[in-house]
Amino acid sequence: MADTKYSWPTREEAQIIGSRRNRLDGMEKSTGAAKYTYDVNLKDQLIARALGSPHAHCTIASIDIKAAEQTPGVVHVEVLRKVGYEIKWQGDLIAVVAAESEAAAAEGVTNVKITYNEMDVFVQDAELELARKAGRTAPAGGKSVTQVEPGDDDDEDEFVEAEIQRLYDASPHKLEGYYGIDAITHCCLEPHGSTVQWKDGKLLAYLSTQNVSGTDEAFATDLDMTSDDVEVRCEYIGGGFGSKFAADYWGVAAARISKETGRPVKFMLSRDQELKNAGNRPSGYLKVRIGADNNGVVQVWDSQHWGTAGVRGGGISQSVIPYVIQPPNYRRKAIGIKTNNGQARAWRAPNHPQACAMTQTAIDDLARVMKKDAFDVFAANLGNVANGKGDVYLAEMKVAAEIIGWKDKYHLHGQGPSKGGVVEGMGLALHMWGGTANSSTCRLVIRSDGSVESSCGTQDLGTGTRTVCAMVLAETFGLDLDDVTVNIGSSKYPMSGASGGSTTVGAVSESHRRAAQDALQILFEKVAGQLSAKPEELVAVNGAIHVAGDKKRMISWKAACSRLGVQSIEVSASHKRGDASPLSNSGVCGVQMAEVAVDTETGVVKIKKFVAVQDQGLVISPKTCESQIYGAVIMGIAAALYEQRISDPATGAFVNAELSDYKLARLGDVGEIIVELYEPESERQRGVIGNGEPPAISPVAAVSNAICNALGVRVPVAPYTPQRVLEALQGRA
Amino acid sequence: MTESKRKVTHGGFHRRAFLKGSGAVAAATALQTEVASAVQQTTQVAKGRMTIDLEVNGKRQTLEVETRDTLLDVLRYQLDLTGAKPVSLDGSSGASTVLLDGKPIMASTALAVACDGKRVTTVEGLDDTVPAAFVAADAQQCGFCTPGFVVAVKAFLDKNPNASETAIREGLNGNICRCGTYSHVIQAAVSLVKGGSNG
Repeated sequence: MADTKYSWPTREEAQIIGSRRNRLDGMEKSTGAAKYTYDVNLKDQLIARALGSPHAHCTIASIDIKAAEQTPGVVHVEVLRKVGYEIKWQGDLIAVVAAESEAAAAEGVTNVKITYNEMDVFVQDAELELARKAGRTAPAGGKSVTQVEPGDDDDEDEFVEAEIQRLYDASPHKLEGYYGIDAITHCCLEPHGSTVQWKDGKLLAYLSTQNVSGTDEAFATDLDMTSDDVEVRCEYIGGGFGSKFAADYWGVAAARISKETGRPVKFMLSRDQELKNAGNRPSGYLKVRIGADNNGVVQVWDSQHWGTAGVRGGGISQSVIPYVIQPPNYRRKAIGIKTNNGQARAWRAPNHPQACAMTQTAIDDLARVMKKDAFDVFAANLGNVANGKGDVYLAEMKVAAEIIGWKDKYHLHGQGPSKGGVVEGMGLALHMWGGTANSSTCRLVIRSDGSVESSCGTQDLGTGTRTVCAMVLAETFGLDLDDVTVNIGSSKYPMSGASGGSTTVGAVSESHRRAAQDALQILFEKVAGQLSAKPEELVAVNGAIHVAGDKKRMISWKAACSRLGVQSIEVSASHKRGDASPLSNSGVCGVQMAEVAVDTETGVVKIKKFVAVQDQGLVISPKTCESQIYGAVIMGIAAALYEQRISDPATGAFVNAELSDYKLARLGDVGEIIVELYEPESERQRGVIGNGEPPAISPVAAVSNAICNALGVRVPVAPYTPQRVLEALQGRA
Repeated sequence: MTESKRKVTHGGFHRRAFLKGSGAVAAATALQTEVASAVQQTTQVAKGRMTIDLEVNGKRQTLEVETRDTLLDVLRYQLDLTGAKPVSLDGSSGASTVLLDGKPIMASTALAVACDGKRVTTVEGLDDTVPAAFVAADAQQCGFCTPGFVVAVKAFLDKNPNASETAIREGLNGNICRCGTYSHVIQAAVSLVKGGSNG
């Protein structure tokens, strides 16, 4: 099929693509019929529960599992960590108890007796000097760019130091600032875990995973079998957000216990174990000085930032500092801190939300000190954006401003009226993302009864992947969504990449459109003669195949397929990540604006209105696409106002690792959110680009800027809790 | 939660009123006896087993449970009704919301024995009105919180059939969604009020 030219229908031609369809699995999810990993109950299954370390840093002195093994209902106890093992964060799993019930497993866990030798802890990731004194810091890279380059004889560091200082001194407008954002956790509502069955040398693993096609190997390796003997299934996943790419040591432990006991095993992390072990987003704190010209165009940026990604150190990559707006002269330096917290995992647009929150707040502060409209200052800097798409940002800024009523409502920072102590403000932020299509293969069958069935080892995180697959197939064949069967969620289906980096919609659109166009070409060849036409003259629309421009020379879809007899059409088509394609692309922008009300007496911030304008190339499924953006904004509002991992400096304990204490936004907290898909023909013609991550980037910065606009002072570190708002108002931030 | 007073409920629950005149009274008597004897055994209580009667989604169930079993465990493991989810065992997520005698409770914080003789309605036992509104508004993403939200919205609108959007925003804060579907849950609830199915 090398001669088939793959393409998308135009906006006018499209019947299904771009139409507002309900997600295919909506009713299953809303009625409780959808079975998640946690919900799969296998006959005679054991329930496993784990003991997590109560200490953040210690070695294991002794382990005694006798009492646990003798607990009524307990069938098996597996020790994961040996005596002498060094525990480096609270909650690290030490032993697993498999029992006849949840309650018996939980009781068994309390009967595992461990003694520990406690060690020093360090969890104060915002405190750079304390971290240095504790020997917990390490350089994490940096970069300097100056328009004037050093001469051959110059010492580069000395030259950059002098040049940055010269540019700063020469700038008519200067700003020094401090900004930060605390670590948050993924907090998947379905915790990490698996329900597994080892039987006759084969393993069936229901795994809550973003990586159906890529996790079988880990089970196979641990159990000394081949990946052919492992099937990973995930029809539904209760949240991943970047934290569920691996089988994880608790996943393979469940498989080992199933093999050992000969019974299925369900092993899901408890809530606190989920928050402590299964993923968090690195913190970041940044000090900067910037110099700008009289238009507010930043000429020089000089920053140092620090933070932690957990036990292995690291933090926010220096590569995205400053974010989107990249002045002609800059110096950036990153320092990583090793703390006694669980290690970070990829979190929806890794590095970008924190970089945005730590640097676009400085751009807004520049507007504050210059007494200018923040819109104008951001717009003035669009000549220096990292992805070169200043025109797209400006167009999106205008759309967002129109929707939120920026011109009518905006006031200079701190200049708005106070109504009973409540002041209002507006802020904006810009973001960027890649979203390239991942590798994906689709196997497609068209049978003589007219049925269409696809198989692909991808997964639907709730993004609407299943629906997108069906929409692409239905569009191509001129059918409706009910006429096609989409199979995803098993490692036995053809390989499709992990769902990370906003790569899935591109991946499945590629593989399904290619397979469908290939299959349709074969069907056209079968029926062309009957219609006295050439295959390339045929089109498939509205349940029929006809000659383009001549609807009378037609055959219904069913009649066409009936000519296949016992020979179904079976094709397989692939896209390889990175290959140029007319169907997909990468590189998006996005603009968000927030309007807030701040109570200066209580410090409480309320979201009044939030506008998100997002481009993502060609939109296959507007309804689920918009849902991604709403969700990203709400997640961002939570990070801006509520969520933070709180670690006790004395013990290293993660003190709020339950949902009663780990504050997330609730329904009444999100205000009015308006989502606008930016899809002019220039964007649509680029092809499909992922959008799961980009809209999750800007919210914290946009909210921070709106709070600053309201108050006239910056609340430096997110989340912007009432306490921090009041401290900022009292000049104590 | 242990309140035994039966309340006349709105909407789809009248069809289960038959229980009023059937085994409920007998079951409640049995419960009192068994609990009394269990209490006397003090520490043995945790591992005791009891037989309870529940009416689950209109069907009478006689179940042998451990006294320490939560209603959520019994629903999920004995009856394979997995719509109610274990998200936060302290009930702070709302994901295990079910109706007990028509009132919303968290199945994760209710002991099964305390529900003896009562009517339990899980998301699987609701008609499609609220789920369909969720689908139309796309008030779901990963969907793990959705069944709890569906039951919460059902209970809220049964009690407040003409709720304003403001009342909806103020009255549905017991459930957590991590994917961020709140805007669309509000939209779904508003559409149900406007659709008149709760009026």
